Amino acid sequence: MSIEVRIPAPLRKVTNGADKVNVEAGNLAAVIEALNDAYPGIKDRLCDESGALRNFVNVYINGEDIRFLDGLDTLTKSGDEISIVPAVAGGY
Amino acid sequence: MPYIKCLYCRECGREYPVSPEHVCEFCFGPLEVGYDYEAIKKVISKDKIQNGPLSIWRYEDLLPVARDAGIDMGTGFTPLVKADNLGKILGLNNLYIKNDSTNPTFSFKDRVVSVATNKALEFGFDTLACASTGNLAGSVSAHGAKAKMDTKVFFPSDLEQGKILGAAIYGATLVAVDGTYDEVNRLCSELADNHKWAFVNVNMRPFYSEGSKTLGYEVAEQLGWRAPDRCIVPAASGSLFTKIWKGLNEFHDLGLLESVNTIMDLAQPEGCSPIVDAFDQDTYHVKPVRPDTIAKSLAIGNPADGFYALKTIAETKGNAVRVPEPEVAECMKLLAETEGIFTETAGGVVISALRSLAKRGIISTDEVVVAFVTGNGLKTLEVIEDAADPVFTDPDYKSFQAALDVWNKRNL
Ligand SMILES: Cc1ncc(COP(=O)(O)O)c(C=O)c1O
Ligand SMILES: [Zn+2]
Repeated sequence: MSIEVRIPAPLRKVTNGADKVNVEAGNLAAVIEALNDAYPGIKDRLCDESGALRNFVNVYINGEDIRFLDGLDTLTKSGDEISIVPAVAGGY
Repeated sequence: MPYIKCLYCRECGREYPVSPEHVCEFCFGPLEVGYDYEAIKKVISKDKIQNGPLSIWRYEDLLPVARDAGIDMGTGFTPLVKADNLGKILGLNNLYIKNDSTNPTFSFKDRVVSVATNKALEFGFDTLACASTGNLAGSVSAHGAKAKMDTKVFFPSDLEQGKILGAAIYGATLVAVDGTYDEVNRLCSELADNHKWAFVNVNMRPFYSEGSKTLGYEVAEQLGWRAPDRCIVPAASGSLFTKIWKGLNEFHDLGLLESVNTIMDLAQPEGCSPIVDAFDQDTYHVKPVRPDTIAKSLAIGNPADGFYALKTIAETKGNAVRVPEPEVAECMKLLAETEGIFTETAGGVVISALRSLAKRGIISTDEVVVAFVTGNGLKTLEVIEDAADPVFTDPDYKSFQAALDVWNKRNL
């Protein structure tokens, strides 16, 4: 088992069209590194120069917004489902 | 005629073709409509606008789609009422209520949905959809019916009856999601990636949100081509707030207003005030909250336009006001009793914020103040259930006199 990451449409050019990618990693920062190893450049899309998640990127682990958890330090384990969702500036 | 040129990223400036997309591929910033303002400047005039239809389509030159591209439900050009009774209580001589609860489905959402629906038809979509805190569901359902589109509206299952029935009547497919609005929104974002549906506030968002600018245009036109000194606006995502400001500035840039020095004040209920929290903490990073408010139309815990709303407040030296929950219904009554306007909870939030700013002396007596009442009270009847206290009487003269005496004593 591994972690399943759901990729939003604007990132699928980087993932050669894949809408789901499986990785193994112990926390969210490591998940992003693993994604970037598989698809170089994806980290730049998700994170700014300081390595923090960009303003308009939302990430959910098993449906929970990571800002309610420990952000990029949130621990991850096999079987987790991660969604990357662009902020809909702004939902009504 | 529309003068839309492109979409562009509000963060990094990259340009995109006009298409049903809302996110920059490079930085995830939101896409915004780009116009050919030079061309607009040549054709637009006060006369031309004044001779246009009595609806949002009088501002067609500044919208991203033509009226004739689709349907016209007669949205907009709603009353701007001088609120002298309420003004007197608050010590304000130039208080106005922009009463947008008189739109076809009784909220300002008809403005954004009118634009989004026409654009969806132009793009060739046959399904119209949305994630809603209530008012949007009704508006999308009505527009979908009129445009003969397949319509799907998603909302949190704990919505008020008036909002659910107010969407159901138009024959749309209702999807009641067991979760918060923010969860509904995330579901719809993922659905929009994989279905050819026009989600008005997801993939159609750049076009949709432009509809809110018309509130700024109208107020300025109705004041006699003058920007208000102050606007007080309810916020959920913060989009309406920023677009009113954008509308006023476009009018100024096009030479239709001499100056714009408007102070923009934003109002949220205590049970869901992430934008006010960020303002108080002097940061542009809005931390999401879990909403728990009776103002369900404003229950967005993760407001995506919060960042831009905070910028607008800073730019205009405005305020962000957190309204105590009990004041929401109280101020719905205050507005009804003084001005004869029955608004929903979002309007109660705005009137409470107005009162608080006036009481604290932040608003000066002669300022031209516009409070935006964006939805109709018949949709949120449950919050004022205790408002009715009739004189119960038998159908004869004597009984009535006796009953009235009892009632008067109780209500002294
Ligand atoms: C009646 C009413 N007023 C105001 C708003 C806030 O709009 P925004 O999300 O643009 O801040 C909403 C949003 O649903 C609403 O229904
Ligand atoms: Zn960008």
